[in-house]
This record gives sequence, C-alpha cells and structure tokens, in this order.
Amino acid sequence: MFTPAAKATAEKLGLTLGHPNLEEFAATLEELARANPNIIAVTSDSRGSGKLGPFGKALPKQLVEVGIAEQNLVGVTAGLAACGKKPFGVSPACFLTARSLEQIKNDVCYSDVPAVLAGISAGVSYGALGSTHHSLHDIATLRAIHNISIVVPADNFETHEAVRAAARAEHPVYLRFGKAPMYTLHKPDARFEIGKAITLREGTDAALIATGETVVHCLLAAAQLAERGIQCRVISMHTVKPLDVDAVLRAGRECRAVITAEEHSVHGGLGEACAAALLRAGVHVPFRIAGIPDEDTVTGAQADIFRHYGLSMEGLTATVTAALSRIGPI
Amino acid sequence: MTDQELQRKSIELRKTLLRVIFNAGAGHTGGGLSCLDILNVLYNRVLRVSPETFNDPHRDRYVQSKGHSVEALYVVLADRGFFPSSQLDTLCHYRSPFVGHPTRKIPGIEMNTGALGHGLSICVGMALAARMDAAPYRVFTLLGDGELAEGSNWEAAMAAAHYRLDNLIALIDHNTLQITGPTREVCCNEPLDEKWRAFGWTVRTVNGHDFAQLTTALQTPPEPGKPTCVIANTVKGKGVSFMEGVAKWHHGVPNKAELDQALAELDAALSVASVS
Repeated sequence: MFTPAAKATAEKLGLTLGHPNLEEFAATLEELARANPNIIAVTSDSRGSGKLGPFGKALPKQLVEVGIAEQNLVGVTAGLAACGKKPFGVSPACFLTARSLEQIKNDVCYSDVPAVLAGISAGVSYGALGSTHHSLHDIATLRAIHNISIVVPADNFETHEAVRAAARAEHPVYLRFGKAPMYTLHKPDARFEIGKAITLREGTDAALIATGETVVHCLLAAAQLAERGIQCRVISMHTVKPLDVDAVLRAGRECRAVITAEEHSVHGGLGEACAAALLRAGVHVPFRIAGIPDEDTVTGAQADIFRHYGLSMEGLTATVTAALSRIGPI
Repeated sequence: MTDQELQRKSIELRKTLLRVIFNAGAGHTGGGLSCLDILNVLYNRVLRVSPETFNDPHRDRYVQSKGHSVEALYVVLADRGFFPSSQLDTLCHYRSPFVGHPTRKIPGIEMNTGALGHGLSICVGMALAARMDAAPYRVFTLLGDGELAEGSNWEAAMAAAHYRLDNLIALIDHNTLQITGPTREVCCNEPLDEKWRAFGWTVRTVNGHDFAQLTTALQTPPEPGKPTCVIANTVKGKGVSFMEGVAKWHHGVPNKAELDQALAELDAALSVASVS
C-alpha cells in the first residue's frame, strides 16, 4: 500500500502502522456485542472476509448467516432492527450497495430502522479481482438516498469510534472499510463525532479534504509539500453524509486551493459533495478531485491503482503542486 | 366473530374500498378485493394486535409484502379502529400520509413496503428476533403470486427453513393474475405448493374467500421447526362481477357508473348474507 518513500515520510511524522480497519471493525463489534446481546452481526457467507470468525465463535447466537444472498441479508437486517435488535449487516461493499440497493433504500432507509450496514473491502480493496469487486459507486448511490449516514473511517481510531457511534445511532448508518493496514493518524486525545470533520494538519496554501484510506496519503503528501514550503491543511472527512459543510467552507475561504481525495468514482462522491457546498455558498477556489475517473478501471493491487490514479503520496503531491502553480507563486 | 359476521364485514369493507379508490382516482382494485377476506380473518380472528397493543413488543407482526394492495389494508385497519375511517378520504392526496403503498406513518403498519420481494426477508429478520428474545409473537406476511417472480423471495424462503422459523407464516394471495395477464402466461411459477415444500415449508392450500378454511389454516399450530406457507386461492376482483378474473382491474379505477353497479351488487350480496 505504501512506497518506501511514503513509509519513510510516515516514519518522519511518527506515524505507527496499525492493522486493517476491517479488523478493528470486527474487534470493536465483538467488544460491543459482548456487552449488548441485542447487537447482531448478519453475514452473507462473509464472516471470513469481514474478520468475524472470532465473533461467530464467541457469540454464535448473535450472528445470523444467510448465505450468499445479499438482498436477503439487508431485508433480514431491517427486520431484526424493526424488532428491537441492533443489527450490523456485513458484506463486501460492491455487492451490499449494488445488488441490495433497493433493500437499503426501502427496508432500511425508508422504513427508518436503526440498522447498520458495513461495506467491507470497499473501493479497490479487491483491486486485482476486477470491476465486479470494486465499489466505486456506493458513496454516490447512498448519497442520493434519504436517511442514511455515510461514514468512511481513515484509520483504526476512526474505525473504533465510528462503530461505537453507529451502534448508538437511532437511524441507518453505512460504514465503509478497506482491508489494508492503516497508519494511525490521530493523537490520543482526538474526538470523533459523526458529521464532524477532523483537521489533522493546519495550513492555508492548500486544503486536502479526504475520506477513508486516502487520508493517510494526503497527510504524507502534506509532509512532502511542507519540505518545499507549502503548508497544507489536511482534513479527514470521515463522514461524507451528512457533510461537515462548515469545514469545507472554511477550507475554501482560508486556503488558496482545495483538493479532495477519495477511493471512489469522481462522480457523486466526496469531491462533488464538497464542490456543491462551495458553489452553493459562493466560494470560488481552485479545486481538484482526486479519485477514480469514469473509465474502465485499471486493475491490480490497491496500491497500484492508487498510484495509477494519483491517489498515492506522490500523486497527491503533484496534484497540489499543479493546482498551486496555476495560481502563481505563494 | 362468526363466519357470517365476517362475511358481512367483508362485503362492507369491499364497498368502502371501492369508494376510497373511486374518490382517490387511483388504487389497486383487483388485488385489494382478492386479499380482503384474508386481511379480514387476520385482523379479526388471528393477529394478536390491536390499536391499544400496537406498541407492545410482543404483538404479532404483519408485513404486507404485496404493498400495492394497501387500500384493502387501510380499510381493515380503519375498521379495527387504528385510525378514523374519514382519513381514508385523503388517499393519494397531496401530502396525505395515506399513500399508495404501506408506510409506518399510518398507525398499525409495521414496515414500508411496495417494491415487491421485500416482505418475506423482513419477516425472517422479525421472526429471528422473536426467537432470540424467546418472545411469543408470530410474524405474518402476505405475498402476491406474481410477486414470487422476485428472486429475493426464494433467498428468504431458504433462510426461513434453514433457521426453522415455525413462528413465520407466509400467505400467498394466489389470484393467478398480474398486471400483464395470467401469471402462468407471464412467467409461470406453478406449481407453487411443490416449490414451497421443496424449500422446506409446510404448505396449506385453502379457498382464500372461505373464512373457516382460512381460520383453520392460520390457527392450526405449525409443524415444529418449519415455517408455514398458506396458499390462498383467490379471485382477483372478488365480489364484483365485472371485475372478477379480469387483469385490467389490477389497478383499474371504476368510473361512477361502474362504482354504482359494484356497490349495488355488493348491497345485494349483503342482503343475502344477512338473511342466510
């Protein structure tokens, strides 16, 4: 996932490599479920992919397996939620949010049951498996559906907090996880709240607003740029919906350029959400969206795909440099 | 309530349903008439639920998977006192909560449905929740026979049998017609009974307009460890001669003359039912 240069930069920043957010999700869910028997994991032959094997062994009565049947998974999850349970429907994001989209829209969101849907191995986590297994649409589609929060944690801390917050939520929540080990980006005293962005680094030359597994690459790019005297603000926009519009507008008003980054199609995701927020408020600022373009997506490891589309430290550094060079010298 | 009383009530409810659809200028007339006797038996004989107990976590659950026949559900719920019948005059009006498919905004309705192939999965989740809580409630759903073309039903059917959900009862409104024509011709899904048995369910086939048969099928205890499918053979447009068995009444709306004729037929049937 990280080039030697990126690892060296992370080391300079004092970042420590944690485990995959997916593993943090599973561990947190088990911890919560041990204390609350109403927490139920619903899987579609996905307990292995979801790292829920230990959960199933420890709490067999709190795991519902429906087999390879994602539509049924979401319907069952909704039914459990309607009868007092706190279910987490867990399935690869590519299937969960495409094959079962109507169940998400109607059974969960429209019926307004307190269900949590966890899209695992999201984005291009399954990069080498081809577009059937990529989820580059899920943020866009769910943004257009009323009554669901979309949370894409960047590191183990955000994952832990997001799972806990989702377990408390009274309305539907979509959690999106990748499976690469993640650097821990936050200080121990960091605070997490759904809908509130976290600023990881201050700066006013450019703002990097990112979500999920691209956040770390933005932080690394900011460190690279700082060595050249360019100070970037880095914002972890872990909640894409509801968007922290204030954080976006502050970035647009206080920084000379805004660059968004996401492991998602450039259509309908975080970037376009930020662009719309800026335009609606009349904030005009040089703006770039780093994401997956509307094309036959290149395949390979997640790291290969990130490099290919400029979502790596090196690519994001170049994007910021290019955006600022069009404005003129600092 | 006796069978005769249920029969009279069904005729009155059919009259209300037709008036409501006529006033709204929209509705699913044929399917509403075909499932109305089923709903009458459910709400007046079988379901342990009432306006007073609707928030009781141990109430029986009913999810109408064939959501387009919501007008029949509305008139039955109004008759049971979940809300005043006068509210039905707002059906499909601007900002009325009485929309053309069930929503939880209406007292007595458990889940928002309307897209087909959703109710059974939801009910599997509900029945699992009851099992987990060792709660006594049962879970019922009503499916259309045309709806069974949706593959998600069979995902849910497998799961229900796998989990041995004998607290789950699926009713099929087997009126054999869908919007395009006879279900056998659109995309045949017969024989239904063999399919459900093959999926591990107990199957009971009844005349869906016979109150005694419906009652027996719904009140007979389940086979232990098996979900129950009640195939209710019904007539689309039941009770109105020119609507019975005619696919165009799937969502046909009567004009004034047709309404008057239908009401006259139902009044005549009521007279017969009252003296028999």
